[in-house]
Amino acid sequence: MSTVRILIGTTKGVFFLRSSAARKAWQLEGPYLPGRAIYSLAHDGRGERPRVWAGAASMHWGAVMVSSDDWGQSWDEPQEANLKFPAESGLELKQIWQIAPGRDDEPGTLYCGVEPAALFRSTDGGKSWDVVRGLLDHPHRERWQPGGGGLCLHTIVRDPANADRMWIAISSGGVYRTEDGGRSWAARNKGIRAEFMPDKYPEFGQCVHKMAQHPSRPGRLFAQNHWGLYRSDDAGDSWKDIAHGVPSDFGFAMTAHPHDADTVYIIPIESDTVRMAPERKLRVYRTRNAGRSWEPLTRGLPQRNVYDIVLRDGLATDSLDPAGVYFGTRNGKVYASNDSGRSWRLAIDGLPSITCVRAAVVADRPAARAVTPRRPARRAKAPRPKPRQAARR
Amino acid sequence: MRVVFLIPTPLRPFAEGRSRLDLEVAGGPLSLGDALAALGKAAPGVRDRVLTERGEVRPHVNVFVGTESCRWTGGLATPIADGAEITILPAISGGAR
Repeated sequence: MSTVRILIGTTKGVFFLRSSAARKAWQLEGPYLPGRAIYSLAHDGRGERPRVWAGAASMHWGAVMVSSDDWGQSWDEPQEANLKFPAESGLELKQIWQIAPGRDDEPGTLYCGVEPAALFRSTDGGKSWDVVRGLLDHPHRERWQPGGGGLCLHTIVRDPANADRMWIAISSGGVYRTEDGGRSWAARNKGIRAEFMPDKYPEFGQCVHKMAQHPSRPGRLFAQNHWGLYRSDDAGDSWKDIAHGVPSDFGFAMTAHPHDADTVYIIPIESDTVRMAPERKLRVYRTRNAGRSWEPLTRGLPQRNVYDIVLRDGLATDSLDPAGVYFGTRNGKVYASNDSGRSWRLAIDGLPSITCVRAAVVADRPAARAVTPRRPARRAKAPRPKPRQAARR
Repeated sequence: MRVVFLIPTPLRPFAEGRSRLDLEVAGGPLSLGDALAALGKAAPGVRDRVLTERGEVRPHVNVFVGTESCRWTGGLATPIADGAEITILPAISGGAR
């Protein structure tokens, strides 16, 4: 048996929704790290215990990377800020936008993307972090421009077959790829339109909002752009428009199906100025043929008077079959599907504005099994809120 | 010279739970920057939450020397007298949330 958790980052803390593998009824846990803005969450299942990582930003005290090995009951928070720019860079950490565990064969490796746009890497399980110099010192940096969310590195895509290759995306800088483990990075935006630039197809400067990849086909990438929906079949060397049959090619969220390399989900938004659900209908769009066509998924979703949207990390899938698909909205609603998006249920309403969603499937542990001791640390403990029952819907 | 830092509740986990830190700081005359450097040695977790990695007071943190905000008295160059109380407080903020 296994337990499924939806990890939910909000502008005011972390919440979890817990369910059995049936994924029909959800129990709310949290808030954890109350009051802090959580723009990034990750579940790292590579160690002996599942670990949750959170990029926690306090309006007053800054942003720091924290982790929990007991689903939020306690948090390891470092004494000293663990993500720091080199002094000579003149940069200051503002927000942690993305956390990505490394490959399975490098269990101590973690990456995170931050604002101002930079990539940090840890090779000791998150105890220490170093900025990736090849990107920090990139000659394009001075010409990257912040989007509405700031100049953020928000997407990290690894290549499961090639440890030296990785893609990242920056708003607004576009897609960059390394082939040498981060020492050098090349812009990979050919074919992606920059509607807001006089030159509509510059080498870099695009506002890519999210990328998706299926690990079985690492060289094929999908991108939801600030205007534009794209696929690359050559590891980002070139991109093709695949916005066929969507109500808007503006949007943020995009995620891949866990088992079908041709299936991708997006949630379109009406224009960068209106930013409401197109036609005021809440619709997830799915392609099952790698972008040749898209179908709306609406069963169980409200189809009138919807002014809500989903941000770039607000859409996620789990690893079960049929896949669970989950999204959280700016207005604090979480919708869940346990049948790959065919139907949806409102799992919880009334949360703070949702910034990111992740899903984790964890095998239930036998009751008699020994528990790994917690990491010792000179670290602060966060308060332990009591779980409460979410509505069954 | 002796300076006293008054630590707000959210930062006490980074100061071994203490609400005030009495520090002896060598030399003089002292500036607020000197005092914060001494705080950084005694409680680096507090320092990192008060100052950015560029060494500037975070925008939503107020540091008072006596009863006056350092923003109006010279920032980190504010002179510190022997026995001064330095109060760290979260600023009023968050109206957009």
